[in-house]
This record gives sequence, C-alpha cells and structure tokens, in this order.
Amino acid sequence: MRARKFIPLFAFVLLAGLLFRGLSIDPTALPAARLGQPFPPFAQPELLSGDEITDAALTPRPALVNVWATWCYSCRVEHPYLLSLAEQGIPIYGLNYKDDSVKARDWLEQLGDPYRLNIVDVEGSVGLDLGVYGAPETYVLDADGYIVHRHVGVLDEAVFSRDFSRWFPVGATSGPIPAAGGGL
Amino acid sequence: MIPELGHVALIIAFVLAMGLAVVPLWGTVRHDIAAMNMAPSLALGVTVFVGMAFALLATSFLQDDFSVAVVAANSNSLLPPIFKFSALWGNHEGSLLLWVLILSGWMTAVAYFSRGLPLEMVARVLSVMGMVAVGFLAFSLLTSNPFERLLPNTPLDGNDLNPLLQDPGLIIHPPLLYMGYVGLSVPFAFAIAALLGGRLDASWARWSRPWTNVAWGFLSLGIMLGSWWAYYELGWGGWWFWDPVENASFMPWLMGTALVHSLAATEKRGVFRSWTVLLAIFAFSLSLLGTFLVRSGVLTSVHAFAADPERGLFILIFLALVVGGSLLLYALRVPSVASRVSYTGVSRESLLMINNLVFTVATVVVLLGTLFPLVMDAFSLGKYSVGPPYFNAVFVPLMALVMPFMTVGPLSRWREDSAKRWLHELLVPGIGVLVAALVLASLGSDGFNIWIALAVLLSGWVALGVIKDLWRRIASAPDRELKWRRLSPSFIGMTLAHLGFAAVVLGAVVVTQENQERDLRMAVGDVEELGGYRFELLRLGQQAGPNYLADQAVFEVTRDGQVIAGLVPEKRRYFASGQIMTEAAIDASLWRDLYIALGEPIGENAWAVRLQYKPMVRWLWLGSLMIGFGALVTVLDRRYRSQTARKPLPAAGVAGLAS
Repeated sequence: MRARKFIPLFAFVLLAGLLFRGLSIDPTALPAARLGQPFPPFAQPELLSGDEITDAALTPRPALVNVWATWCYSCRVEHPYLLSLAEQGIPIYGLNYKDDSVKARDWLEQLGDPYRLNIVDVEGSVGLDLGVYGAPETYVLDADGYIVHRHVGVLDEAVFSRDFSRWFPVGATSGPIPAAGGGL
Repeated sequence: MIPELGHVALIIAFVLAMGLAVVPLWGTVRHDIAAMNMAPSLALGVTVFVGMAFALLATSFLQDDFSVAVVAANSNSLLPPIFKFSALWGNHEGSLLLWVLILSGWMTAVAYFSRGLPLEMVARVLSVMGMVAVGFLAFSLLTSNPFERLLPNTPLDGNDLNPLLQDPGLIIHPPLLYMGYVGLSVPFAFAIAALLGGRLDASWARWSRPWTNVAWGFLSLGIMLGSWWAYYELGWGGWWFWDPVENASFMPWLMGTALVHSLAATEKRGVFRSWTVLLAIFAFSLSLLGTFLVRSGVLTSVHAFAADPERGLFILIFLALVVGGSLLLYALRVPSVASRVSYTGVSRESLLMINNLVFTVATVVVLLGTLFPLVMDAFSLGKYSVGPPYFNAVFVPLMALVMPFMTVGPLSRWREDSAKRWLHELLVPGIGVLVAALVLASLGSDGFNIWIALAVLLSGWVALGVIKDLWRRIASAPDRELKWRRLSPSFIGMTLAHLGFAAVVLGAVVVTQENQERDLRMAVGDVEELGGYRFELLRLGQQAGPNYLADQAVFEVTRDGQVIAGLVPEKRRYFASGQIMTEAAIDASLWRDLYIALGEPIGENAWAVRLQYKPMVRWLWLGSLMIGFGALVTVLDRRYRSQTARKPLPAAGVAGLAS
C-alpha cells in the first residue's frame, strides 16, 4: 500500500535518467550504422513515368538523393539551389516522401524539375529504411552506391561547399561526374 | 552603466528570493510569526528588483545599446520601437527574465489576495514559490546573463530580430503563454504547502482553484495565439503541427484541464484529494519539462532556442530537485486512508473522473510521442521522428471519447444520479442533434462526410447539454433577480469554456475535411477559381517597409461578380539578415478564410502562388478565446472572495493573525 505512493517518484527518476542521457546526444547526427552501407533496396513507382523502379536505377553516380515533399516548406526554399546543382550536371535523385503524387507533379511542373528520377514513397517505407526523419534531407551516394554522407535541413551553397564538394569537384560541367574521391 | 545596474538588480532579487525561500518556511517550523509575516514583503521585494532589471534591459533595447550581447544579437537600429521592445523576449536570456518577472508577479498577487488565509499557509506557499524563483534567477545569472557586454568589440549595428518574430502576435504570445506556464506554479505551491502542513482537506482546493483557473485560462489564450500566429505567419496555412515545442505548452494545458476539473470535485465533495495534489505537481512539472525541452536542445524543433548542453544540465538538475523533491514529499506525506466520502458510479464525481482519466491519458500520449525520438536515440535504436499521424491517431479518439460525457457532466448531480434521468433530459434533443448532424454533413462539396457528421454530432451534443443546463437554471427561477443570481460567474465561465471546446472541435474537423488548396503559377491577368471564389492577379509591385523590401502581388477576389476583397500577399527581404519571409494575405470571416501566399517568382511576370479556401478555421481561435475567457471569468465569482475574507476556516489555528 505504502509502496504505491512512490510510483510517481519512480517514474520521474526514470524520465530524468532519460533526459540526462538525452543531453549528451546530438539530435541531428547521422546514425553511424547507416553510413557506409548501400542504399536500401526498394521497388517503387517513379513519379512522372509511373514505371516501377529499383535501387539499380540510381545511376549515374556519385549522386545526391534528396528527400522532399510538397508539404515541406523548407523544400521550397531549397528547390532553386537544387535546380542550379542539376544545371551543373550533378545527378540528383528525388525521394518524394509521404506526399501526394498529383501535387508533387504539379510542383515539378511549376517550379522546375532538378531530378533525374523520383522515387514515390507514399507510405514512407523507403524513408524508414533510409532512416529519414523529415524533409528536406540530402544523402550522398558514392560511385559504388554506398551512402557516405547525410545532411539534414536545407541544402545551400555554404553547406554544399563545406560538406559535399569533395565528392563533386568544382568546375564539373555536364554528364556523369568522374568518380574522383568517391572512395573517401 | 544601465546594463550593470540591471545586473545588480537581478542579483539583489536573487538574494531576496533566497530569503523568501528560507525565512517564512523556517518561521512555520519555529512558529515564529515575525518570520512568517516577512513573506509578502519579500515577495514584493523580488518583484520590484526583477521589474527593475527587466525595465533596464528594455531600456538597453530601446536605446540600441549594441554593446549588450542580447541586444546586438536580436535587435537592429532600423527595427520599429515596438519590436525593439518585444525583441527582449525573442531570445533565451530575455525570455528567461520575462519568465522570472511573471513568476514574481504571481507571487505578489498571491501575497496580496491571500491576506485572509491562515498565515502558515501563506508563508509556506510563498516560500515554495520563492524556491522556484531562486532556481530560475540562478539559471539566469549563472548560465544566461542577459546583461552580458560585448566590450571592447561593440558592433555598429545589431543582427536584427528574426523576421518571423516581427509580428504583433508574437508581442503578446510569449507573455500570455508564460502567464499560464508560470501561473501553474501557484496551485503547485498550494499543493506542496498542504503536504508540508499535513492537512489535505478541501480548503487548499478552494484556495488554489481560482488561481488554477486563471493560469489555465492564460495558457489557453497563449496556445491559441501561437496557433494563430503560425497560421498567418508561416505562410502555408497550417494551425497545429505537433511540434515538440508546441507539445511542451500543450502538455501542461492537458494536465491543467484535468486539474481544473479534479479541483472542482475536491472542493465541492472532498473526493480525489491525493489525486488532485498529484495533478497539481504534474501540471507544473510539465511546465518545467517544457522549459527543459525548449532550451536544452535535446529535441530538434523549428522554434527551439539555441541548443546549449550546459543550460540543459542546469535545468535538469533543477527539474530533478523540484519534481523529485515534490514527489518524494508526496510519497511520504499523502495520507494512506482513502477518503470516506462516498459516491455511486452514476454521479458527477464519476463523470469528472472520466474527464481526469481521458486528459491524463492524453497527456501521457503526447509525452510519449514527444519523447519517443529521445528514447530511441538514448538506447541507440536509431533516429526517429514522431509526426502528426501518430498524434492524430491517438489524440482525436480520446477527445471524441470525452465529449459524450461533457454534455451529461454539467446536468448531473453530485453523489448519486440516475441514468434514467439523464436519458429523460437528453433523449429528445439528442435525436435532434443527430438529425442535424446527418443533414449538415451532406451539404459539403463531395456529398456525405462521416467525419463532419461526427463532429457536428459531438459538438452539437456538448452545446446542447450546456444550453439545456442554462435554460433549466433560468426557467426554474421565480423572478428576474434570481435568474441573474443563478448565472454565477463560475457557471457562465464553465458554459463559455465548454461551448468554446465544442467550437474548436467543429472548426478543426471542418477545416481539415473541407479545406481546398491549390499551388499555381499565376501571371498578371490570370484568373483562378477556388471554393466558388474567383481570384484575379491584377498587378505586381514593390513596397519598402522600415527594415525590409517587399514584392507584392495585388489580387482581387470576386464572387458572382461582386468584389469580396482585395488581397496583397508579400514576399519580404529583410535588410539586416537577408532573410526572406512570406507574408500571407487573408480575407477572414466567420465561415471561411481565403488565404493567398506567394511562393517563388517564375520568370518576369509570374509567381508560384498558393491559394487556399479554409472553411470555419476561425472557429478554432474563437473557441479557444471562449475557453480562455471562460476560465478567467470564473474568478469573479463572489464565492472565492467571500470565503477567504469572511469565514475563518475551522482548523486554521493562526487565521486571526494573518495581516
């Protein structure tokens, strides 16, 4: 009977322990387990053509995989920069995450299409395998198809030149980028 | 010189708060009346010096003193004066000072309005609040000093206030929200004082009830303003996102809702005593937890303050002391004997218990969803985010579950009632609501909508109970004067709040179900139809504001040839930060909002435009206003004033000594 009164205190001690652990974690860090692994296998429709595509379709490489959705405000902010990257010849594959495909097609029609292709992921299953926790996110696939980098949030010039440029040497113009530095 | 004076004032306030935390409490142990009597003066002293610190920091902001770090980081010489002032709480350090100022304001109010209470009670309550103040003042002084200087490298101009915060809604949102957050410290302090005194009777519930209502009312208004601001300022027409920071303010509200109802049962009938104490502790603990989540950086969120592990550790230790200490005290002092007051399964007590169960479960559900990513992370199980699908899936059914009982609650009798009587009272009008729901739900654009039918049914049902109760009170009174007297402020408040709740539910469901939006490319002269309205883009232009340059698109909205509104959405570029902001244009009315936001320019003469037709979205905020004001109205009830002033409480040994 008496022990029951200690239940709230006990529950709080557990919670406090959890919060203490939480302080030492960086919530934006990439889970180490995902790094250095191949892109998770999938078989999903492509956004514009409607054909089923698999992970084998993600060539040429190295490339960016960009997680986006029309409900994501920051994706709109990021979009013009993706267009300029695509113009420089960097292959970008889209993962249209938990989105309405009709709206997504409208979006690409109005704002321009930087993507070589788009994986439709209405259920979020590819995103789950990949460890996505929101949009926008951008991953780097190296020449061998391994995930070597992840960026959470809006991708812009500053972030790109700091974290991404070693896989995509400056001055690349068009066509597939040579695999220089891809093995880093 | 001014910032240094402010710093000194803050230190003096800290010392006075230490005195408040220790001296009156020590007085209650030693039965030292002089020591206990110091509590109100010390509380006032803390308020005066925190107020001075606040005023001096505000002066630094208004005078553009960029040698002060927070001013340089959050203000700019071009910023309009009103935003210079509100920039004070648009950052971690300043908002913490606002927090302490409001806490000391509550302390002074308690000291002033509780003059009729037993001196020991007042001394304990104010000492407990003093301890909370010590914690927050130490937090401010040790880790987040708002008066830190940038010397000798003083910047010429400031970084400017985040443009998202340059908005009238954001001037009053944080103060209102903090009034609610911090106000929950009052019932908490009363609960702790009752535990310390070892007397958990109905009187502490009666004393803390008006305070709880006010705090909860402010919290409702604060949350409402936040939602409204997000709606028109973030530029995409959403009004609730289940963001961790929103949840941080929503959890104390949910717990506070349970507390408000549980206190009623404890005051009127003496039931649920231990439970009510626990709720009071939990409600304030969740306020503190919210502070921790927002300011420590353990969760990612769009509007979290800059992450800082050192600050996080400080709040966590403080949280552990306050909550752990309270719960330990609870475990040791709460009586083991169940209260002898009896009630049957069919009674108002049972209905209030259902309310408490539902709102407690709802709080736990939101807490789990908010902390789940942290739990998985802590055990290295991966990175997760818990989004609206989870919260909607668990939260919506819970609210639907509580609504049928909301109708019966106000009509029901204490102790023992009969289901037959409820049926007799509500059967006929209930059928009426059912028919209305079926008809109204068929009127929508795509035929019958089951969710709208349910929403109309449940909201109508709640409104019905309230109106029926109102009618019964008025009709049975023999003369006009008595009619008015029966409509006590606490009854009016409850009626308003319940109607408001029904309005929020109805608005939320209708706008979610019937919302129409379209993302378009529009050039000058283009015309689009949406929701029966015709939107024409007349021209594009530019307009300079005080600290920004705006691209404007001028729209004319017509319906059946009649001009409804001229709407001018903007895209602003702020000079100091270079940030770009979407300023949506909204034509608001009770039944629908028309919402236009600009996306990106496409070519010379065209823009990506988002048009939205949002039926009944206003009901969300009107309903929330009713909830908030309903709660505030209840304190006008004469019952609370006369009870504290007139009737010396039976067991209050030192009541006569209270000044």
